[in-house]
Amino acid sequence: MTKLGQWLWGLALLGSAWAALALGPLGPRVPPPCRQVLLPLPVYLLVAFGCYSLATVGYRLATFNDCEEAAAELQEHIGAARADLRRRGLQF
Amino acid sequence: MAAGAADKVSVLLPTYNERENLPLVVWLLARSFETSGYNFEIIVIDDGSPDGTQEVAEQLVKIYGSDKILLRPRAKKLGLGTAYIHGMKHATGNFIVIMDADLSHHPKFIAEFIRKQKEGNFDIVSGTRYKGNGGVYGWDLKRKLISRGANFLTQVLLRPGASDLTGSFRLYKKEVLQKLMEKCVSKGYVFQMEMIVRARQLGYTIGEVPISFVDRVYGESKLGGNEIVSFLKGLLTLFATT
Ligand SMILES: Nc1nc2c(ncn2[C@@H]2O[C@H](COP(=O)(O)OP(=O)(O)O)[C@@H](O)[C@H]2O)c(=O)[nH]1
Ligand SMILES: [Mg+2]
Repeated sequence: MTKLGQWLWGLALLGSAWAALALGPLGPRVPPPCRQVLLPLPVYLLVAFGCYSLATVGYRLATFNDCEEAAAELQEHIGAARADLRRRGLQF
Repeated sequence: MAAGAADKVSVLLPTYNERENLPLVVWLLARSFETSGYNFEIIVIDDGSPDGTQEVAEQLVKIYGSDKILLRPRAKKLGLGTAYIHGMKHATGNFIVIMDADLSHHPKFIAEFIRKQKEGNFDIVSGTRYKGNGGVYGWDLKRKLISRGANFLTQVLLRPGASDLTGSFRLYKKEVLQKLMEKCVSKGYVFQMEMIVRARQLGYTIGEVPISFVDRVYGESKLGGNEIVSFLKGLLTLFATT
């Protein structure tokens, strides 16, 4: 199954469970306080996922390594390479 | 010699206008292989660069020998994906390393790739900018944000089991790369993504090594323009088809 298929399956499963409990035939058997939580649940989940995404990307952005040493080391290596290649007769 | 005498690493270097970078990257490659003791060859696939890359490559053959530097040029710019296929045909090593020739990928990491490969007999070892000591140099905040955002989206949608999908610094077992090349159809960044996704589908194992990516010093990037649009298109295509 494709990744899209997996998503659609998962959503359909959760969605129908939710619909059955919150709106559908099982609705009357769910105690009222639970129903009050159940009704807006999809929106809550969506918002929670959005917050999670923003927090994750934000954290990873803030902790993205700046490789200063690697850049400095590369400059050194470039210098050494140029000198050695020139010595071996390379015309740049 | 500590390194496995039976192992040979073929490095594929696609070049387009890399006259400045090619000698430097070749020098660094040769030096790091001499240090690690692995048998190697460097296959330069130049697509008729107008800046004289081919000419400087010929000088390198004179210095290092035609058994170490193999020139497999093509007449005109035909793109990266086919450059790898073209280069692979001439590779004689049991491991193949794919990397950029613009010095953003430092050859010193190849020894770590091989060490990692031996550790778990991985089919692929991928460099990653997003884990451990990995990182980038020379990127502004906007570019970092786009990179992190795109990476997050990719992880959520594809769950690929590797942290750096758009990077192109990797080591493959030769037969694994051959199999993957047959399957992959995308272009640009998406090509690198597809390689990992297909690898997962085929049950190949992937090891990861953190790398530092230093933005190119000389020359300019060839992947430009509507990069983001084609990335998203490619991502959604993979999402819907794999
Ligand atoms: N042979 C060949 N090499 C290419 C072509 N396009 C890019 N390259 C090389 O592929 C590597 C990566 O390209 P680059 O422009 O740095 O892409 P970026 O790092 O994603 O910005 C460099 O070594 C380029 O010289 C092409 O059409 N043909
Ligand atoms: Mg580059």
